[in-house]
Amino acid sequence: MKHTISELEDIASQVRRDCLRMVHAVQSGHPGASLGCADFFTALYFEVLNHNPKFTMAGAGEDLFFLSNGHISPVWYSVLARSGYFDVSELATFRKLDSRLQGHPTTHEGLPGVRIASGSLGQGLSVAIGAALAKKIDGDKSLVYALMGDGELQEGQNWEALMFAPFHKVDNLIASVDYNGQQIDGPTEKVLSLENLQAKFEAFGWHVITSDGNDMGEITKALHYAISLTGKGKPILNLMSTQMGYGVDFMVGTHKWHGAAPSDAQLEVALGQLKETAGDY
Amino acid sequence: MKKYTYTEKKDTRSGFGAGLHEAGKRNENVVALCADLVGSLKMDAFIKDFPERFVQVGIAEANMMGIAAGLTINGKIPFTGTFANFSTGRVYDQIRQSIAYSGKNVKICASHAGLTLGEDGATHQILEDIGLMKMLPGMVVINPCDYNQTKAATLAIMDYEGPVYLRFGRPVIPVFTPEDQKFEIGKAWMVNEGTDVTIIATGHMVWRAIEAGEKLAELGIDAEIINIHTIKPLDEEAILKSVKKTGCVVTCEEHNKYGGLGESVARLLTTEYLAPQEFVAVNDSFGESATPDQLMTKYKLDPADIVAAAQKVMKRKK
Repeated sequence: MKHTISELEDIASQVRRDCLRMVHAVQSGHPGASLGCADFFTALYFEVLNHNPKFTMAGAGEDLFFLSNGHISPVWYSVLARSGYFDVSELATFRKLDSRLQGHPTTHEGLPGVRIASGSLGQGLSVAIGAALAKKIDGDKSLVYALMGDGELQEGQNWEALMFAPFHKVDNLIASVDYNGQQIDGPTEKVLSLENLQAKFEAFGWHVITSDGNDMGEITKALHYAISLTGKGKPILNLMSTQMGYGVDFMVGTHKWHGAAPSDAQLEVALGQLKETAGDY
Repeated sequence: MKKYTYTEKKDTRSGFGAGLHEAGKRNENVVALCADLVGSLKMDAFIKDFPERFVQVGIAEANMMGIAAGLTINGKIPFTGTFANFSTGRVYDQIRQSIAYSGKNVKICASHAGLTLGEDGATHQILEDIGLMKMLPGMVVINPCDYNQTKAATLAIMDYEGPVYLRFGRPVIPVFTPEDQKFEIGKAWMVNEGTDVTIIATGHMVWRAIEAGEKLAELGIDAEIINIHTIKPLDEEAILKSVKKTGCVVTCEEHNKYGGLGESVARLLTTEYLAPQEFVAVNDSFGESATPDQLMTKYKLDPADIVAAAQKVMKRKK
């Protein structure tokens, strides 16, 4: 372990503060799943990934991460800045004119850490598979990670990709699903039910593990376990339960904060529940 | 009229297959992907010699475009292969976000474009692909005219850094350009110098423009014929130079008149040098089942249609 669980939890608290302050400042963006995935991103970037913040697009010899549900850009931007890809002060430019921190992540403005544009849903897993195949062709033993939302699994391209990866034995790939059960129009089970996701992934040939994405100890352990499963002929799917809005009592567990910004008063209450551990940007 | 002859007829898709095979030999970063149309895209030679650099994706074009985008990240040069319809309209958002906006070095190689796909009918005969692809910022759009030019274009796009749409077709047509030609992206190819009317053609229509030029010569009309194999970026200098000389232009393409080469030329002329123009193109219609020749006649893409358009546009010259 590079950090203790308690240290990682402190980082995640600061990341949540960043997410809320970024979205509040421009009164737009997606705080719900950003908060829900703060623990996962912190564990990934501060503990799990073998990565180099002196970013190169090729990323030869290092682990690569692809975000498919690009609307949770606030949490990714915060973690990239906090782990050294760019200065944390740049977080203040989120969604503003001429910023590298676009509403949805892009390579177009040259932000270090981002290797593909995402936002139009359902495309990230395919891209991650391509990057994983390239590593195999090159004999590069490092790994490729992807994160998808659960709602975006309603997009058909995901199932093309889910069918492809096991058949082609893309076993250097760890895909996580943010299984929060919420999407813009309501709970997934009311909008278009995902039914038994674990059984579906297993039927497609993935090695499926489950985890609690809001328990720092458990998500860290789960990701290390996933690494131990690589190279054995199957891609790995981490079905990660989270709660949208986790960390702020009035935001947790509802789709209402999927794409809504807090008011001044709401921000103050929310920040009161999240320790400032590394200094606000 | 300069004399053009040919000794054989070949399909442009075979030019792509030969070019891809050669590209694989020249550059180990070249990888190929196909969505269950290996035979139609003539990819067999590449697959035989470079099996470790070929990805069979199955009937899943959206996934293919995403995988291609991912393959570029450490410097691979992916060539995707499927029909033009499934290379563009079916996967437009995947191309837009994961390839064009992301600036990925993917070569989207599309066979069976246009009406000359023939009997399969309108579901497979895309006539909107040039328009779709040229609207994407940064996308290069190429539609070569015969086997040799398609092979040369395939090698040229390997050396170009950035997303490219390469359009070619199914039928056998005359091979009339040199085997050893140098293909320059964005550089028009002067087929015949003339003074009375400029005929600008792309893809399969270039040979038809030559046949039209011969008929026009018999009628005493001296046509300048230009092969625009690269629709984007357009060789504006070559087109303006020609139209300033002849004073009128006919554009020829196996594509809807909306959104194609003709509209690119019209945009150029309205902003730089006003001149009358006629469009030899499909008149906002889907295709249908028939032989390629029957379809080219019915949808008014024959040499006779180019001749009529040239005569008409010349009357409108100031």
